[in-house]
Amino acid sequence: MSTVPMSRVPTHPAAVPMVTRYAMPHEPHYASATGIFSVMWLLLVLPLAGAAILLLGGRRTNRWGHLLATAAAATSFVVALLLFFALLGRSGDDRAVSQHLFSWIPVNSFQVDAGLLFDQLSALFVLLITGVGTLIHVYSIGYMAHDPARRKFFAYMNLFLASMLLLVLGDNFLVLYAGWELVGLSSYLLIKFWEDRPAAATAANKAFYMNRVGDVGLALAVMFMFATVGSTNFDTVFGAAAAGVIGYGTLTAIALLLLLGACGKSGQFPLQAWLPDAMEGPTPISALIHAATMVTAGVYLIARANPIFTETQAARTVVVIIGAGTILIGCVIGCAYDDIKKVLAYSTVSQIGYMFLAVGLGPAGYALGIMHLLAHGFFKAGLFLGAGSVIHAMNDEQDMRKYGALWRLMPVTWATFGICYLAIIGFPPLSGFFTKDKIIEAAFDKGGTSGYLLGSAALLGAGITAFYMTRLFLMTFHGERRWSDKGPRAVHPHESPRVMTGPMIPLAIGAAVAGGLFVLGGSVQNWLAPVVGESAEEGVHTMSPVVLTALTLLVAAGGFAGAYLRYQLRPVEAVAPPDAEVGLVTVAARHDLYANTFNEAVFMRPGQYATRFLVWLDTVGVDGAVRGSAAAVGGLSGRLRRTQTGFVRSYALSMLGGAVLVVGALYLVKVG
Amino acid sequence: MNSFPWLTTLLVIPVVAAVVVLAVPRRFATLAKQITLVVTLVEFGLALLATIAYEPSRAGFQFAQKYSWIRQFGVSYSVGADGISLVLILLATLLVPVVVLASWDEVTGPAPAAAARAARAADPGGAAAGPAAGVVSRRSVPAFFALLLVLEAGMVGVFAATDVFLFYVFFEAMLIPMYFLIGSYGAVKEQAQRSYAAVKFLLYSLFGGLLMLAAVIGLYVVSADQLGTGTFDFATLRQLDITPGVQKLLFLGFFIAFAIKAPLFPFHTWLPDAGAQSPTGGAILLVGVLDKVGTFGLIRYCIPLFPKASSYFAPMVLALAVIGIFYGALLAIGQRDMKRLVAYTSLAHFGFIAMGTFALTSQGGTGAVLYMVNHGLSTGLLFLVVGFLVARRGSRDVSAYGGMARVTPVLAGVFLIAGLSSLALPGLNSFVSEFLVLVGTFTRYRALAIVATCGIVLAAVYILYLYQRTMTGPLVGEQARGVLDLSLREKIVVAPVVVLIIALGVYPKPLINIIRPTVTATFEDAGHTDPAPTIPVNASQAGGHS
Repeated sequence: MSTVPMSRVPTHPAAVPMVTRYAMPHEPHYASATGIFSVMWLLLVLPLAGAAILLLGGRRTNRWGHLLATAAAATSFVVALLLFFALLGRSGDDRAVSQHLFSWIPVNSFQVDAGLLFDQLSALFVLLITGVGTLIHVYSIGYMAHDPARRKFFAYMNLFLASMLLLVLGDNFLVLYAGWELVGLSSYLLIKFWEDRPAAATAANKAFYMNRVGDVGLALAVMFMFATVGSTNFDTVFGAAAAGVIGYGTLTAIALLLLLGACGKSGQFPLQAWLPDAMEGPTPISALIHAATMVTAGVYLIARANPIFTETQAARTVVVIIGAGTILIGCVIGCAYDDIKKVLAYSTVSQIGYMFLAVGLGPAGYALGIMHLLAHGFFKAGLFLGAGSVIHAMNDEQDMRKYGALWRLMPVTWATFGICYLAIIGFPPLSGFFTKDKIIEAAFDKGGTSGYLLGSAALLGAGITAFYMTRLFLMTFHGERRWSDKGPRAVHPHESPRVMTGPMIPLAIGAAVAGGLFVLGGSVQNWLAPVVGESAEEGVHTMSPVVLTALTLLVAAGGFAGAYLRYQLRPVEAVAPPDAEVGLVTVAARHDLYANTFNEAVFMRPGQYATRFLVWLDTVGVDGAVRGSAAAVGGLSGRLRRTQTGFVRSYALSMLGGAVLVVGALYLVKVG
Repeated sequence: MNSFPWLTTLLVIPVVAAVVVLAVPRRFATLAKQITLVVTLVEFGLALLATIAYEPSRAGFQFAQKYSWIRQFGVSYSVGADGISLVLILLATLLVPVVVLASWDEVTGPAPAAAARAARAADPGGAAAGPAAGVVSRRSVPAFFALLLVLEAGMVGVFAATDVFLFYVFFEAMLIPMYFLIGSYGAVKEQAQRSYAAVKFLLYSLFGGLLMLAAVIGLYVVSADQLGTGTFDFATLRQLDITPGVQKLLFLGFFIAFAIKAPLFPFHTWLPDAGAQSPTGGAILLVGVLDKVGTFGLIRYCIPLFPKASSYFAPMVLALAVIGIFYGALLAIGQRDMKRLVAYTSLAHFGFIAMGTFALTSQGGTGAVLYMVNHGLSTGLLFLVVGFLVARRGSRDVSAYGGMARVTPVLAGVFLIAGLSSLALPGLNSFVSEFLVLVGTFTRYRALAIVATCGIVLAAVYILYLYQRTMTGPLVGEQARGVLDLSLREKIVVAPVVVLIIALGVYPKPLINIIRPTVTATFEDAGHTDPAPTIPVNASQAGGHS
């Protein structure tokens, strides 16, 4: 029956030994999972089972559901630790273990397996996700204690963990994509958790839509890979990329499409507008999703696809521009908001900008980006949980202008928040000092004008970060109290219960020491080297590292001093000054630099007009044409016949519109 | 086991049952329902057994039977199953019992006891029992279920036929029960719109059928010309060597009929009306299965019978397909009637199916057939949930709802799963087929696939925007407070569909293994092979040490 020589179309994966197709220096080699690694799938399945039990069990699980979910997360963390130590026990070039689960989508040459990969890169992410995730589960037991739908909250959190783990564990781009979109779903569910608030439902939809715009990029990248090398497996794609057999144009296209996906998930320009709105979700979610894990997925994607990005200078240039630009966007807007969670959200946008800048620098920066990501996971989760503790204490008030002088009343929150705050502004020797400094240094070391521009942007960002974070810290915990414990809006701030303060302590410890551990002795860089390549060790420095460190500290100190003068030595108004009394930059920053205005004007409204026009066209035009002609032939109803002349015009219009559409679409087919 | 006449059995059972059910007196309505449910469950069980007996690796039709019917014209009763028709028969026989159980109370309204219970649970105003409860219908319950059974026989027949004339007969015969389901059992209060929708559906389909009949006769003439004796036998006809000009004409005859049936843009305007006016069960079978006859026809008849014309017209079909993806999605976003909305989303999905089919790659084609099954499940579930809502509140208008997730959390959850399946979320069934369609198109028509992929953003918008307006926010309407969540019967109705939506998303391999060989053979026979990766394996081994 078949007239095709079958050798050209491999019908079974076994026919083509994928791993050995490309002989190249950095060819990835994945050992198959044996021994302890054969339980790798448990990492995913534990939280997934938790979510399933809680959702299907319904009200019956109300009493113990949160405990089960927390236990599932914790057990997953224990498994992650076991696997991590098992990985440590293997030799340096044999630390990539893959587990084949089953054949997922097998259609002739398109063979996609459900497979997991536990290597140096995914191991770090798995530890971060399950470790920080578990702490946030524990915290939520207290934070959500009085919420009638707490069970559902924990189910969604478990679902989120499973999705995120699928994302970082998948051993091919389609499984990664599946995790990618499921993460989008979980975040949608969690943002709209209080869904009877219209703002929450709208924010959730916005997040999903903007994420999907990014997802289009990732999906197209996967298609490009298959059309180019006939596979979506990491080893095949990376092997071909590193071997230089993929054309530069194709490689750059794939990299830019991946970048679009990364920008969507990580809230980077131009897809950053959903992240601040997502703060409508409960605060632990902001910590889990919008600080520690989900938004770092874009950084993971670029670091994972490093063999592709390394080969295309053009795409990396776009990455660093987006990174540096987003650092400043986030910083500037972060200075203008009074809502504590919005400030932290824009701070996240800005910090992920640092990570993008780092991974965009290529082999010199991949590991630096990951280090900052891990450190950020600690201090930003700590900051959000601290903010949640404050919000909890202040009867859900999120306006910092209504805070003040809380430090005595909430000593644990103040102390842990303080450590995380010092870590993010780069106070030595806390973690931000090491990891951010390295990125600024690497940006300058890129050399040339671009190096100076990027380095300066990162440096300036460090200064503004110190300013707005100091502003936040002082307005919340110090200065005069701007709340009252009497009257109609009385609040009685108090320290949060131990189940909430407990998780904040290890996060603060991590925020304090992680950076030093990662950087000193190059431990993380060496660990990641087999995956992301060796960074050029001690190459040419644009500036002496010591001078640069001093400069960074100086700039940060300037930012601190500015905030101290403005928000500690002078009283803070309990109501924000109106737009007319502040500068143009502040007004623009208060309006998110008009990102939403732009999106509404360029995408939303034209879309609405197009929709309305098409609805009209379809009922009056396309359908009317048919009904009109039917009526003319003596058809359906007399009423139609009377208005028939009206139909002629719409008939002509719809014919024209249809013809334009068809010609346009035909053109599309021809270029394709 | 292969000698057992599976297909004829599947055809005869519902016909016999229909006669029996119709003979049940109207006062024993429950008996009619019970008989129908048992028969359709047995039917599904048999279809499942047939699927197990089917050998995917064997080429050609299986379970084939052939008896001469009208000897003078070479018409025969001949049936057979390949990978494409088998999965669609499975889908049809699965959805019918679901529809039967879902329609249990729809014709008559809830039984008095249930209505009283609902009224007690309602607010003191007592308005929450739902308008359906108050309507004492004079519609015959046994006739409704007999129509469903006849329709089931028609659906099995149209997929199983391997004689083109027999296919045409089933193609037209299906119209009759569907016409009555819309016209006599459709939207309760909208008599005029209901008959309008039914007539429109009938006229459109008859027009398409007429064109197809002309093409079928044309095929007969060509076969008589080339073979001496005319035939309608599909396997014989696909061996004919038809000149390109004639191929194009005959292709158009079939294509327009299928494009109306599926429907594709711009032949679609009957679908929103019919979808909105049908009873829930009718809408599920109409959009879930009957429309698939159109997309089935494209891959089963158009491509193998007219390979040259298919290549010639492929750009045109692809153009219509991609327009449909966006046109359907944008119109869905703009709808206020929930049933019309779901109908328009289907227009977008049929665009994906047609695109996968006419990309003429094995991934695109396999994805398209899988998409037919998945769309039946996801859209079926969407119609079910919308039907539940309408039965509770009596309105199809989106603005009559809001905040329903608080009072009906299970219903909202099922709604979301159906919606996520419709927007092709990975982990659920539709993702697999949609991605296969896109990747299969990408390897041949890059720009087109890139544009079509952008359609997934709109899919997110039409689903989640609908969900947002109906399920989230503050509760709309005072009487909404007393609305009950899904009953046990309703949970049983949705459970198998939900389970399949998840199972086929995680492990679609069993279905793919049935579909893939037939699709691959169909395209290879028509002279289409998959484009090879742009970097051939050998070249990369020879070159490229960086």
